Amino acid sequence: MATTKVIDWDKVGGGIKRKSIFLEITFILPVAVLFLLVIMAIFAPLLAPYPYDQISMQDRLLPPFFMDGGTTAHLLGTDNIGRDILSRVIYGAQISLSISLIVIAITASIGTVLGILAGYLGGRTDAFLMRVTDISLSFPAILIAILMAVTIGPGYWTVVLAISMLGWAPYARLIRGEALKLRESDFVAQARIIGASPVRIMFRHIFPNVLNPLIVMVTLSVGFVILTEAALSYLGAGIPPPAASWGNMVNDGRTFIDTAWWMSLFPGIVIGLVVLAGNFLGDWLRDKMDPRLRQL
Amino acid sequence: MTRFIIVRLLQAFVALIGISILIFLLVRASGDPTLLFRTPLSTEEDIARIRADLGLDKPMPEQYWIFIKDLAHGDLGDSIVKRRPVTDMILERLPNTLSLALSSFLVSMLLAFFLGILAATRRDGWLDNGVKFLAILGQALPGFWVAIMAILVFSVYWQIFPASGTGGFTHFVLPVATMAFFLMPGMLRLVRSSMLDVLDSEYIKMARIKGLPERVVIWKHALRNALIAPLTTAGMIFAMLITGAVITENVFAWPGIGRLSIEALVSRDFPVVQGVTLMVAVAVLLINLLVDILYAYVDPQIRYQQM
Repeated sequence: MATTKVIDWDKVGGGIKRKSIFLEITFILPVAVLFLLVIMAIFAPLLAPYPYDQISMQDRLLPPFFMDGGTTAHLLGTDNIGRDILSRVIYGAQISLSISLIVIAITASIGTVLGILAGYLGGRTDAFLMRVTDISLSFPAILIAILMAVTIGPGYWTVVLAISMLGWAPYARLIRGEALKLRESDFVAQARIIGASPVRIMFRHIFPNVLNPLIVMVTLSVGFVILTEAALSYLGAGIPPPAASWGNMVNDGRTFIDTAWWMSLFPGIVIGLVVLAGNFLGDWLRDKMDPRLRQL
Repeated sequence: MTRFIIVRLLQAFVALIGISILIFLLVRASGDPTLLFRTPLSTEEDIARIRADLGLDKPMPEQYWIFIKDLAHGDLGDSIVKRRPVTDMILERLPNTLSLALSSFLVSMLLAFFLGILAATRRDGWLDNGVKFLAILGQALPGFWVAIMAILVFSVYWQIFPASGTGGFTHFVLPVATMAFFLMPGMLRLVRSSMLDVLDSEYIKMARIKGLPERVVIWKHALRNALIAPLTTAGMIFAMLITGAVITENVFAWPGIGRLSIEALVSRDFPVVQGVTLMVAVAVLLINLLVDILYAYVDPQIRYQQM
């Protein structure tokens, strides 16, 4: 893996093996993709050549520019009602990104609090919370989302609520395991001897020490949330049209798959790239911060 | 052991009550369920009749009691659109979902175990890297998109396999393949890592020192112990199976319960969706219960820890 070495970090690090993080491709590429996603989401109105909902009936089903009949005016072609695919892909970043941020903020907070409570307090609290966690982990979120879409109606906040409802469970499971180990550590015992209250111990002593696995988990769940939102939108239980969500774009293309494959292809590739980036970055962080969690 | 099972059974029962309350409230939290029945021509009287018909004029606890009583009789209510018992509609579609889910499950598990073990024994070789790549792709690409692209390639372009519906063996190929591609990666990673752990252990070294052939060491001694870790994730695999079924059935117009729930979503037929969700909830509880008991049976430590 050795590439051009500007500084020999192996020696600078005082014998500890260290490489400049900027030399690692598994770090740069995912960060670049995610950075691009953020840029796309924030500057969508400036970057997109057309508004996401601009219909143009004479430009229906135009192929991408590199094919016969394609024009550079619509680089990735148009859909069945003449909307520009590229513009919709760019606007789609707004939905994917904002939903991931909100859902992760909610689920990580709930999961961390419940995980620390279960791990530190132990006993009946632990047994009860872990039962609930087990059941939540084995319940398909997609069904809850469909049930909510049918009763409340599909929409942005329905998606957020539906994914959050079960999404806290993996966090609780992970953090509980960490808290359980920390509870037995010397510094927690000392804090207890000094007379620190359980709340103080949990907040000041346990919490800072579960941050590493928490950050890894947060990164890894970006992909999960984006995939779930896309699947829900694909099924019609997510973001309703005319909003541009990558999932409902793939769905729009399902009917035209034999004639206009580009309608489904491009949004799907973008979903794959972003999820890949999130997963790679998460794996990279896990290797750096917590090698014990390493899986593959 | 008997006490352990009784405690677990009681817990599962309590959990069932919890979930039923949650689903009951979720449906009512939407505000007024009569809104779902209303047409622009409905009069106040019609709405009042609907309310009485659904039992919505009764107090909440009584409504819940009726809901539970019906549930205990296997009565999930009637579909608003089809005017038929939801239980019948689900039972009609269930075999299709089971055949799809089971075959995908078997295909993905066989592949996951076979490839996972091979990858673990040839760590960092080309096979290991290839398997890793496959797993990474399977976890990143959206299942519904992979399914549509499979249709594009195999049904539209090459016209080998049908794009939708049920029928003969060929109808199974694309749905099962895409669903297995979605299910396999998680299991594959787990098998590979637990196999690596086991291969590193003392008793495997011992078996090798004894001079046992490598084939026996891996497929008998190591495999048996590497099986325990994947067993604990049975619950999560079930969730993935349902998710996979809902998505795959919809892409391939497969007449199972996943497709049923989306048809019901489109026509806003909430009793059907509620029925499917409840049925899955019961299945989730049963599977968790079974895994717990099985696991306690395999590993006695757990029995005593969690009394």
